[in-house]
Amino acid sequence: MRVMAQMSMVMNLDKCIGCHTCSVTCKQVWTNRDGMEYVWFNNVETRPGLGYPRQYEDQEKWNGGWVRNKNGRLKLKSGGRLKKLATIFSNNDLPTIDDYYEPWTYDYDMLTSAPQTKNGPVARPKSLLTGENMDIKWSGNWDDNLGGSQETAQDDPILAHMSDHVKMEFENTFMFYLPRICEHCLNPSCVSACPSGAMYKREEDGIVLVDQDDCRGWRMCVSACPYKKVYFNHKTNKAEKCTLCYPLIEQGKPTICSETCVGRLRYLGLMLYDADRVLEAAAIEDEHELLDAQRSVMLDPFDPAVISQAKKDGIADDWIEAAQNSPIYKLISEYKVALPLHPEYRTMPMVWYIPPLSPVVDVVSNSGNDGEDVRNLFAAIDKLRIPVEYLAGLFTAGDTVPIEYSLKKLAAMRAYMRDINLGNEANENIAQAVGMSGAEIEEMYRLLAIAKYEDRYVIPKAHVESARDLEDFACSLDTDGGPGMGGARSTGDIRATDRIPGTPIDSTVASFDALRNVSDPSEPSTPGRLNLLNWNGKGITNGMFPPAGSGSPA
Amino acid sequence: MSDLTVLDVLLWVAFPYIAAASFIVGHILRYRYDKFGWTSRSSQTYETKWLRWGSPMFHYGILGVFVGHVVGLLIPHQWLEFFGITEHLYHLGATWAGVIVGAITVAGLAILMARRGAVRRVLRVTTAMDVIMYAFLAGSLVFGMIAVVQFQVIGQFQAPATGYNYRETVSPWIRSLILFQPDATFMVGVPLAFKLHVLTSTGLFLIWPFTRLVHVLSVPVMYLFRPYVVYRSRDDHRGARAIRRGWQKSPVIDSTRPKQKQKLSSDR
Repeated sequence: MRVMAQMSMVMNLDKCIGCHTCSVTCKQVWTNRDGMEYVWFNNVETRPGLGYPRQYEDQEKWNGGWVRNKNGRLKLKSGGRLKKLATIFSNNDLPTIDDYYEPWTYDYDMLTSAPQTKNGPVARPKSLLTGENMDIKWSGNWDDNLGGSQETAQDDPILAHMSDHVKMEFENTFMFYLPRICEHCLNPSCVSACPSGAMYKREEDGIVLVDQDDCRGWRMCVSACPYKKVYFNHKTNKAEKCTLCYPLIEQGKPTICSETCVGRLRYLGLMLYDADRVLEAAAIEDEHELLDAQRSVMLDPFDPAVISQAKKDGIADDWIEAAQNSPIYKLISEYKVALPLHPEYRTMPMVWYIPPLSPVVDVVSNSGNDGEDVRNLFAAIDKLRIPVEYLAGLFTAGDTVPIEYSLKKLAAMRAYMRDINLGNEANENIAQAVGMSGAEIEEMYRLLAIAKYEDRYVIPKAHVESARDLEDFACSLDTDGGPGMGGARSTGDIRATDRIPGTPIDSTVASFDALRNVSDPSEPSTPGRLNLLNWNGKGITNGMFPPAGSGSPA
Repeated sequence: MSDLTVLDVLLWVAFPYIAAASFIVGHILRYRYDKFGWTSRSSQTYETKWLRWGSPMFHYGILGVFVGHVVGLLIPHQWLEFFGITEHLYHLGATWAGVIVGAITVAGLAILMARRGAVRRVLRVTTAMDVIMYAFLAGSLVFGMIAVVQFQVIGQFQAPATGYNYRETVSPWIRSLILFQPDATFMVGVPLAFKLHVLTSTGLFLIWPFTRLVHVLSVPVMYLFRPYVVYRSRDDHRGARAIRRGWQKSPVIDSTRPKQKQKLSSDR
């Protein structure tokens, strides 16, 4: 057993209203640059729908992820090491920018500088690739809310696996939103396909990153990722991907997509897993067993054996505690309501989803029945094959049992809590019908429905001893024996008066926070006196004014 | 040595050494200061139908060309004869393998260059340095092919039937450069097509580190030997670049970093 920690996310799809706030804030923070116009580290797809890039789930076309070969070992679907090097001159699995969309801007200048004419000027769309006028035919969420899906939805790779009658009537049946970020997989195929070794998984928190200095632009990661969440920056010609906002995570803060989520549907927390068992679990033959295999790789953070091994493997006590308090552990391993996206890609994804019950509730309610009655809901889950099968195509490689299990728990929670909210007596039978106690249901309700900020995000800070290195405050002269010899400073020392003037402060979140809190750059050496030479002009320093209420200066 | 002109020494001694120095020092400097710019600058996301033919043809062709040049230029013909490869045998092999491989390379490059001109998206990202690089690359290839066809293929039907034996002139000249005992007299009587081929190739080496060709030095052979999943500690790689001193002039790429940094330090 080798214990590693993984920062993971769960999204509660029932609460997603498809507002795209996560996508927009993510774009503002990470991808509002040249060459990244088409890049959405976070996107929200309407399902059924094509996804982004179009039909990314069709691995017969893109060859992403892993496959199990005859010997029972995992192989990259796009080919092994030799084939990768032999075909490095042209990656035929690579989506072109047209599979995403051609980025454009508008000729806004026309609106203000056009000469007076009979007809008002218009701002025509101009391609950012060619500079020419273009027709906008597709974009990041073109089939939002099933828009135009009469034309396109038959190309949804999940629907293609379902029977014909489903394809005809799904539109009247259900719809939901699927927000997607990088899965930060335990067995990442993008990292495995990178010829340069520029992609890596961080030992401490499992975040998958691209070293921009090592990337040589071979593009193998883009095609190897079955979720198509590695993008090619067509200006810098390097791969870029979702970073799980690691500068924030290291500070114990949630990612920007989570922080700004209007529906408060995202959960962040640690999972401990057994790194030695990842490959074995990912190579299980039956695709339907992949979900349980991945669950079995996750370790119980309360198990004394796990705790002692975690300590041996260098996981700090506060991180183990964070893993015990992790909402992710509760949702994945305790309640078992969260499910992975496309486990059949065998990458062991670590962004999981609670399947949406609302399509079922809508059908029951629209038919004039009580959409919160547990019997109606259970019957609907059993009878409404279309949403259940569709969800199974997304989350369980087609196995409907875990989907029904998860949906019934959500239905039971809804019905049980309704009784309580209406002041009726709580019905313990409802809880028992899904193998839970009433207390457990209420606990789950707190996590899923109340969803307090501190319950949703349990993020331990990066270690203090290594956080010091994060700050980059050290002066170049501070080497051992060098003239500075001040040594590295810790976070709080951003205000230290012995900082050599002119040394750059790195623009990390930590230094920003530290600076923002500086109202008092120089503690007066003598109480009650102020050295104005050290005052940075911000805030009110001790000793600048006499204490409030005192009649005379100290 | 009496018949060497100043121009001969400049072209066949000074120029190759300048190019070699530029190639080596240029790569070291580029690697130290512009790792971020070290990429093949692929345009495959813009256009893939032409590239999927042109690029493999060109690259496999040029790899064959490279091997041929190593055998023909760096290995003395006496060594090959020791293994029983006579002048005639070598000539036949080199000529026909060279023509085939060279034709594939030229065809591949022609596809890639036509694509670059015809596809507007690709044309828009073509830099001045790309154009210069393409000129030298194409020039070198074309002159090389002319030399082969003119002297080795057509020349075969004239006496002597062995074509032009560059292994008596160009090859020892190159080895004399590598051994730091440059002897320009080897190059004096060499036919014009060969001379132009040598000059354009030397020019290509001169500009090499400053073009997209740097990706040639990044052939990812280590991929064959490393484990699939790479783990790195945050502590080892907290940032891509070492933090520079405050007074050091920042390279262009640093302009993409937040300006806040400078502002904060002046606030102190």
